Amino acid sequence: MRLHDDLIAEDIGAYLEAHEQKSLLRFITCGSVDDGKSTLIGRLLYDSKMIFEDQLATLEADSKKVGTQGDSIDFALLVDGLAAEREQGITIDVAYRFFATQKRKFIVADTPGHEQYTRNMATGASTADAAILMIDARKGILTQTRRHSIIATLLGIRHLVLAINKMDLVGYEQSVYDAIVADYQAFAEVLPGKLDIVPIPISALAGTNITERSPETPWYAGPSLMDYLETVEIAKEAETLPLRMPVQWVNRPNLDFRGFSGQIASGRVRPGDRIRSLPSGRETTITRIVTASGDLDEAVAGQSITLTFADEIDTSRGDVIAAATQPPEVSDQFQVKLLWMSEQPLLPGRRYFLKSGTRTVSATVNAPKHGIDVNTMADTAARTLELNQIGVTTIALEQPIPFDPYTDNRLTGSFILIDRQTNDTVALGLIDFSLRRAANIHWQALDITREALAEQKNQQATVLWFTGLSGSGKSTIANALQKRLYAMGRHTFILDGDNVRHGLNRDLGFTDADRVENIRRVSNVARLMTDAGLIVLVSFISPFRAERQMARALMAEGEFIEIHVDTPLDVAEQRDVKGLYKKARAGEIRNFTGIDSPYEPPLNPELRINTVGQSAEDAAEEILKFLAWRGVFEI
Amino acid sequence: MLYSIGKDSAVMLHLAIKAFYPSRPPFPLLHVDTGWKFREMITFRDRKVKELGLELLVHINEDGVREGVGPFSHGSAYHTDVMKTAGLKQALDKYGFDAAFGGARRDEEKSRAKERIISVRTAGHRWDPKRQRPEIWNLYNTRLQKGESLRAFPLSNWTELDIWQYIRRENIELVPLYFAAPRPVVDWNGTMIMLDDDRVPPDIAVQATTKSVRFRTLGCYPLTGAVESTATTLDDVIQEILLTTTSERQGRAIDKDQAASMEKKKQEGYF
Ligand SMILES: Nc1nc2c(ncn2[C@@H]2O[C@H](COP(=O)(O)OP(=O)(O)OP(=O)(O)O)[C@@H](O)[C@H]2O)c(=O)[nH]1
Ligand SMILES: [Mg+2]
Repeated sequence: MRLHDDLIAEDIGAYLEAHEQKSLLRFITCGSVDDGKSTLIGRLLYDSKMIFEDQLATLEADSKKVGTQGDSIDFALLVDGLAAEREQGITIDVAYRFFATQKRKFIVADTPGHEQYTRNMATGASTADAAILMIDARKGILTQTRRHSIIATLLGIRHLVLAINKMDLVGYEQSVYDAIVADYQAFAEVLPGKLDIVPIPISALAGTNITERSPETPWYAGPSLMDYLETVEIAKEAETLPLRMPVQWVNRPNLDFRGFSGQIASGRVRPGDRIRSLPSGRETTITRIVTASGDLDEAVAGQSITLTFADEIDTSRGDVIAAATQPPEVSDQFQVKLLWMSEQPLLPGRRYFLKSGTRTVSATVNAPKHGIDVNTMADTAARTLELNQIGVTTIALEQPIPFDPYTDNRLTGSFILIDRQTNDTVALGLIDFSLRRAANIHWQALDITREALAEQKNQQATVLWFTGLSGSGKSTIANALQKRLYAMGRHTFILDGDNVRHGLNRDLGFTDADRVENIRRVSNVARLMTDAGLIVLVSFISPFRAERQMARALMAEGEFIEIHVDTPLDVAEQRDVKGLYKKARAGEIRNFTGIDSPYEPPLNPELRINTVGQSAEDAAEEILKFLAWRGVFEI
Repeated sequence: MLYSIGKDSAVMLHLAIKAFYPSRPPFPLLHVDTGWKFREMITFRDRKVKELGLELLVHINEDGVREGVGPFSHGSAYHTDVMKTAGLKQALDKYGFDAAFGGARRDEEKSRAKERIISVRTAGHRWDPKRQRPEIWNLYNTRLQKGESLRAFPLSNWTELDIWQYIRRENIELVPLYFAAPRPVVDWNGTMIMLDDDRVPPDIAVQATTKSVRFRTLGCYPLTGAVESTATTLDDVIQEILLTTTSERQGRAIDKDQAASMEKKKQEGYF
């Protein structure tokens, strides 16, 4: 941390006060593989005297051992800290480094150029004010240069430095530089937002135009990279927006105090301000801004505070406290942009967790409307989204949430999607706008209720969801059970996988995405039948837990009974009533559950049926007893 | 919240107290004692916790104690493995915590610079640098599978100077070892260590001299290098640190063991 500032030695107090007042710039380096991003950061750290002697000694030794520059210093090794990175000479994950000059403090995220690690680049970009886009002067603009430009600008970065690097390898030739700048400017037309683009010819390795303008490029009249970084204006935009504070925690130390703690995402707040709590929509007045160092007269974006209200209005974690006169919208259906970050592609129709602000809700992601081409920003056809793909789609939430469009507010317009099974963060999302369909399509109020319809049949509406491998005996047991129920005068219906695929689901195949859609449609049909008061027997392989969970969530409380027909694969395969296993083994059928497509057995089914050594009639009897015990009907 | 009694812990604790005010932080502090901490650290810890009215859990690896593990007899690497890394794992398993705060900073070391603010560890407390979750905006994914736990590093983006500056601004009390005073020190394996008690082997202890020293980080006394200094006030200390030419971790024996050592240690469950 050698800042070579005489003030340190002369008057440390004055130095510290000055340092505290320095503004902070967060930026990233991005661009294609080997363009020199890590080298540049190593160089910036080195030139701003942020490298200690012991670190320099290690760097020199490492450079000789694993560096890419022969016996000279390989600055990238200052940043590429993971063993795998040093072995392969590439960056895999973001590194955050810190340095300061007399004018500013900096946090820089060095992001990987490899396409495979694009999500790590997005991680760095989401919190950056500026981006240094590296271009290898010998190679010019590459796909990855464009992809990173699009991601950075979509995420809201307005300041771009076009660092045309490795000028030493093209003889510091102005024509090379000019051609690349012209190319980029033609491409930049498609980028969203009003951008400030500053091209600089550099050599990260040799230090050209890094801290000051160098003699090698007499034709270049612009700022050195450091000059630019020290002076680029970063608007404190968040403070000028309307108040938004997602509630993190309800603060209740004792019965007399009830405060709402969180970090202000945007705007400012003062005691006496009128606020609205969302999604409830109730309004009240702020009485105090409580902090450990005393009450405040005002707090602004970025501060973590505790607010107290004049009235007892219901507010809990996940709610948003907003300016009453400029509240955010509340909706449960949106058009969004997604950047997919998982090796598992998007499964349209599947439910994911969506986290926005401090709130997590269930969300169904629909099939993409279109993808976005990372070379041209043009719309492309897309049925799903793969790793690193960007697309536009719609999502439906289980509960409405308060939000702003991302272009209005970065923190209240953004979200991540989380896989319900693996808990991986699978996508980042930007809210474009609310579809408002949620507000416009109302339920037609009906005089005869679903309860009345079930009562008339002297039964409780129920879905019996049979899941299990092909040939496990689902349909046979369902059939035997329906015969018994029919004889007892119960009103039933069977939805059978094979039968439904002849009609309603004729257009669907057996890919993972189609299987999800298959189950979505069937569970909605089953739901309508329960509304009619029926006992519905659904017999579908339904191999994925998430989809069965989705079906369960769709039904009224207590009306979903999951029955696992638990026949082991070898037994089902031996029976092979329809001859399908044989074909699957022979490779004639693809995506066959149990063979080349997974089956996820239920973890806690209401009932598990063993078919080995038990007839279908016995199984039906067992289920019947269970239903009577549950009170679905009286025997 | 992991509480190691050092300056970063002091800042993290201070932040927690401010964050939950007027409530108290709704979690206990955990100190993994190795049996070799400076005595002044333990005195300070007990007084501080009492003053603040917080719950403190102290864990020590009893297996290691029984074996008589220590840096002089077993070497720094083995001692750290058993008393610190294994001790921490034991403590986390014993109490079944699903999340623990740590005071690590990204500017301390190259593999730390790569770690997320919220870092997921497997059932065996291992870190997998290849499976880190993207951390976008301020949206942290804290969902866990059974057996997994997470580490939260709220000070990730603080630099050493930020820490000192905050201590100064908020008037945070530190263990006196951070300030220069005459102390008995001796050279052990190239590191100047302090004679904190009579467990230093006699052949080393006899060479001790008294010097005016302070410490830049605090850990097990035989593994913590002292620096010669006359800085007795906070401003003096900060001034010396800013003018120095070596890094903070240089004083730590554990980091010298091998290159990429920290990444490997974390994969094995080091905090
Ligand atoms: N001659 C020359 N070589 C350079 C320059 N900048 C970087 N290099 C070399 O280019 C190679 C790649 O540099 P890195 O800094 O690792 O590239 P990167 O962009 O960080 O690569 P990824 O992070 O893996 O995408 C290394 O061998 C560098 O030494 C430069 O200005 N001139
Ligand atoms: Mg790199």
